[in-house]
Amino acid sequence: MNHPSTASPGPGAAQVVLTTSHRGLGRHQRQRLSRGIQYGIFLLLLAALAFAADWDRLGEAFARLDIAGEMFPDVIVIALRNTLAYTLLAFAFGLVVGLMLALMRLSSVAPYRWFARAYIELFRGLPALLVLFMVGYGIPVAFQDYVFVGGVYGQVMLGLGLMAAAYMAETIRAGIQAVPRGQLEAARTLGMSYPRAMISIVLPQAFRIIIPPMTNEIILLTKDSSLVYVLGVTFAQVELTKFGRDTLNTEANATPLIVVGLMYLVITLPLSQLVRWLELRAGKGRR
Amino acid sequence: MSASEIPAVSIKGLRKSFGTLEVLRGIDLEVAYGEVVCVIGPSGSGKSTLLRCINLLEEPTGGSIRVLGVEVTDPNVNIDRVRRHIGMLFQQFNLFGHLSVLDNLTIAQRRVLRRNRAEAVRVARQNLERVGLSDKIDAFPAQLSGGQQQRVAIARSLSMDPAMMLFDEPTSALDPELVGEVLSVMRQLAADGMTMLVVTHEMAFAREVADRVVFMDDGRIIEQGTPTEVLGGPSEERTREFLHRVLEPTKLSSEEFLETARPAGVPEIAVPTSDPHNYGGGVSGVL
Repeated sequence: MNHPSTASPGPGAAQVVLTTSHRGLGRHQRQRLSRGIQYGIFLLLLAALAFAADWDRLGEAFARLDIAGEMFPDVIVIALRNTLAYTLLAFAFGLVVGLMLALMRLSSVAPYRWFARAYIELFRGLPALLVLFMVGYGIPVAFQDYVFVGGVYGQVMLGLGLMAAAYMAETIRAGIQAVPRGQLEAARTLGMSYPRAMISIVLPQAFRIIIPPMTNEIILLTKDSSLVYVLGVTFAQVELTKFGRDTLNTEANATPLIVVGLMYLVITLPLSQLVRWLELRAGKGRR
Repeated sequence: MSASEIPAVSIKGLRKSFGTLEVLRGIDLEVAYGEVVCVIGPSGSGKSTLLRCINLLEEPTGGSIRVLGVEVTDPNVNIDRVRRHIGMLFQQFNLFGHLSVLDNLTIAQRRVLRRNRAEAVRVARQNLERVGLSDKIDAFPAQLSGGQQQRVAIARSLSMDPAMMLFDEPTSALDPELVGEVLSVMRQLAADGMTMLVVTHEMAFAREVADRVVFMDDGRIIEQGTPTEVLGGPSEERTREFLHRVLEPTKLSSEEFLETARPAGVPEIAVPTSDPHNYGGGVSGVL
């Protein structure tokens, strides 16, 4: 064999030896220098912004502790609680419908696939505000005697949930397709029916894969719940953003926005932690 | 095989096409209960497809297959019922990555055979011991070597008390030093009287364990007989060529290899000309 990739150097094999060059700065020194310059520029920019800003006026407009204090406890027991309720209801609805759509999208029955595709394209393309509006005002017009189960909560679950389902369907489908086909084959070979194999073998692995995008979905829903005001809510049904805006209007001060902003972080930051923990736990069984 | 005996597998005129590509062109094959049949042949010859048609992982295009007395090519067959009696091993093991070894072995027993937990665990332990992996009962598949994973997969199949087992190149994905442990478990199974249909590239295993060797090429059975007949003194030229390439890869001159490497109808094999040792090592082409 005299193939060029043969390892042992025979006659005629090119011998290349690289020599180390020591001219100028080494790779590490250059890296340190360039990073030092980047940090310096960043700090300078921060300092310039801090100097230029009028802290007294900023504090007066956004951080009045007395106004912030008055918002408690309602901002938590009413607004935060409602934001959480709207989000979780819509997420639960979206998860169930999204899962069904994902399975339809992968079905061997063509009409199921068509329906799922049409649904996904429709609800993914519409603004959440519009869907909420149609649910809130369209359904009562279409079915006059129908009283929404759960009132506003039911309307939000449907309005935001219909849209969330479209997004989640695509995520779940991608998750299912990311599970190697052999997993389904092995399960079917052991005598499991298709639904049984999906439930016991494929979906548990698919959901592990899609934990990060599903977190995104629930965080987006948390923020979309700020649109609930279009349905016309009572004080007891108010969520964070509406609560903040109402307080802003009565106090003529922007402090409430900062307070509700922090409340959103109170929801989303622990969520990120929870997900990190879930991923760590799921990582145990990964290949 | 006596004429009065019902065979475990009886295949007549089996055809299978993927689109315009005809992979099986009329296969007739019988396997008696307790018989060990090894199917050999070049990549792309249809061996794996033949195996996968038996438990309907692939839908045959034509012909009939009777397995354990059931016509699986009947459109009304309850295939899940048939499959639970046919164990199958895959090249890629296909252990369920999200489940521990114990759960891998018990899940189908519980969900398909409706055994209670205690009974399922007892059977699982017994079969893990049979493959020599009792100490790995709480491990996850990702923590095991390829050889150990394949042995767990064998134990998983055995836990369903199969009447026969199909092996689809069970050692092709293994590092060479791990092949022996899997083959020795298979040898023991054969000695215990299991009906086995094995697609393999392990000629030594076929020679030693098989009751019958079937050589396939280009979607047809070219010849079959005892290992001594087929491997020792093949009557067909194609069998001789194949055996020469597989058994003495280092003795091929590069001219001869390039000539014989691409027989008509098998264009998909990419032959690494610099390393003839790899030939036949797990590239399953269209399968």
